[in-house]
Amino acid sequence: MPNFNFRPLWRYEDQFIDGVLTTLLLTVSATAIGLVIGIIGAVVLRSGPKSARIGVRAYIEIIRNTPALLQIFIIFFVLPTIGLKFSPIQASIVALSIYFGAYASEILRSGLSSIPPSQIEAGLCLGLTRWQVLSRIVLPPAIRNIYPSITSQFVLLLLGTSIASQVSADELFHAAGFIDSRTYRSFEVYALTCGIYFTLVVFFKIVFALVGRAVFRWPTRR
Amino acid sequence: MRQFSFSDLIFLATALEWTFLMAAIALAFGVPLGLALALARTSGSTVLRLVASAFVELIQGIPLLGLLMFFYFGIPVLAGKDVPTVVAVGAAYTIYTAVFLGDIWRGGIQAVRQAQWEAGACLGLSWLQQFVHIIGPQAFRIALPATVGFLVQLIKNTSLASVVGLVELARAGQMISAGTFQPLLVYTLVAAIYFTICFPLTTWSRTLEARLNGAR
Amino acid sequence: MALVEIKNVRKNYGPLEVLKGVSLDVEKGEIVTIIGRSGSGKSTLLRCINALETINSGEILLEGQSVSTSMDGLRQMRQKVGIVFQAFNLFPHMTIEKNVTLAPILTGKTDKRGAKELAFSVLERVGLADKLNAYPEQLSGGQQQRVAIARCLAMSPHLMLFDEVTSALDPELVGEVLKVMEGMAAQGMTMVLVTHEMNFARNVATKLVFMHQGRVWEQGDPKTLFANPQTPELKSFIGHHAR
Repeated sequence: MPNFNFRPLWRYEDQFIDGVLTTLLLTVSATAIGLVIGIIGAVVLRSGPKSARIGVRAYIEIIRNTPALLQIFIIFFVLPTIGLKFSPIQASIVALSIYFGAYASEILRSGLSSIPPSQIEAGLCLGLTRWQVLSRIVLPPAIRNIYPSITSQFVLLLLGTSIASQVSADELFHAAGFIDSRTYRSFEVYALTCGIYFTLVVFFKIVFALVGRAVFRWPTRR
Repeated sequence: MRQFSFSDLIFLATALEWTFLMAAIALAFGVPLGLALALARTSGSTVLRLVASAFVELIQGIPLLGLLMFFYFGIPVLAGKDVPTVVAVGAAYTIYTAVFLGDIWRGGIQAVRQAQWEAGACLGLSWLQQFVHIIGPQAFRIALPATVGFLVQLIKNTSLASVVGLVELARAGQMISAGTFQPLLVYTLVAAIYFTICFPLTTWSRTLEARLNGAR
Repeated sequence: MALVEIKNVRKNYGPLEVLKGVSLDVEKGEIVTIIGRSGSGKSTLLRCINALETINSGEILLEGQSVSTSMDGLRQMRQKVGIVFQAFNLFPHMTIEKNVTLAPILTGKTDKRGAKELAFSVLERVGLADKLNAYPEQLSGGQQQRVAIARCLAMSPHLMLFDEVTSALDPELVGEVLKVMEGMAAQGMTMVLVTHEMNFARNVATKLVFMHQGRVWEQGDPKTLFANPQTPELKSFIGHHAR
């Protein structure tokens, strides 16, 4: 029977905490920027000029059909050759935002088109402005429709930030590597690290469920 | 420093074999395990459902990179002896595949109306016969687009095996890039290879999805 | 001056001409029902009146003014014209009260305090004052359609359009909606309806319009037309729909 020893890890509490904070920083920044990209992408896909639509489509397909690891490498190793130098954290945020933006574009587009045109018509017929129709009539149910997929994409992103360790951004997974190299307790280090990720995921899932229940109160069919 | 050459292309091709091999191993073992998970999560037994669901929640709550490390360092510790990297990595991808496919297929099974089970039972079919002849085929059709979509995720994510030193496509790219100092060329080429494999699958998945929605 | 003047309106979808020069006047206080086979252009004509469809030629005047093409002009016009659809089109995420008061508040017709009173009074007119806090999905089809009518009434429209408003309802729910519409008719609301309810067309409407192949085929006093159709097309149409 192998003997586990988690005790040496206690000394590295600070590294773990810093790692978690950086992981959260990466996740939240990439989500925020990615959502902005997603909103622009979805609007272009719905009502942009043809050339812009093709551009957005190409962006989405390229990002979704290549590994995120490679995307982060390209941002970190290739862009400096044309004079765009990023710190590991910056490169990670840029890469993860671009990555999240591609998925968000597609999700938001499907959310907007999930609202029947008759709802827009009904709003316009009451003499509302296009902006009022969008903000009061289209968006609330659309946001409800995409809420499950956008929140699970957030969770995937949270887990996906671990690849930032490969360009030595000092997030949680990178911290694990560092502690591993100091303690030689690889199994314990990675078991604990996985446990921390899992706790974060469970925390966010609970928060999303509670927020969802509090915000989306109206009954729906089925 | 050396130039990017024909031998690098050969190297990439060899590495690509590993990419495919990892995906193949993951599917070979992950598919039956995934099916078992899907059946457990839709079974009548509460214990079975809870255990299977907890396992899926757990694995979906940790990064694949963490799963890889856990198996890479964990199997030697737990088994008490070293195993080849490919075994540890294969185990991690198997679990990953089983959990995600299991989740997709559970959704497929649950999307088939309860009345279909009842109709089968009324014809005097056993549970297994009901699943094989009535529920399974319908669930398969419903879950196929997402299953193909997962295949894309799997192939892309084999790139993470590079982290524990497996020389698959992404790792080969890193090595050539470091040797030639031509990251732009090398990474673009590697990305293009992934894209060439994944894009047709994505398109296929979308076609299946559209056909499914049209048929409903 | 008629409330609505439709002058030689043509409308086509690509090569398909659905309105082939339609002219029609609606006087204030009139209740006009438009009947005809599906594909005769009756719903399209109705949707042209509040510019949900753009017309290819001809003119539509509302209270003497040409329907504007500017967004602002369009909005001003639509605040005076209520339309009720076949599919209710209530807003699922809002309570009945919010459904009814959204437009009056956003267009500045009432403040938030007055809105509650307004909601109560229009919902009372359709017999649903007790449903203020319900959501659309909690109501029956007939109730939803009555809320849709109340939503229009809250804007105090000068004209109400009804586009096959009972067609999506279960038969036993049709009556309650028609009763509300009869009530509005009795109070002098100007109404234009596309409908299959021949009894309503015969007994409540003040004018009957029969459309056929994109044209106004016959129009006039409902009772006279029903008793004595001038064209074989209307005769056969009435024959099919008579109870």
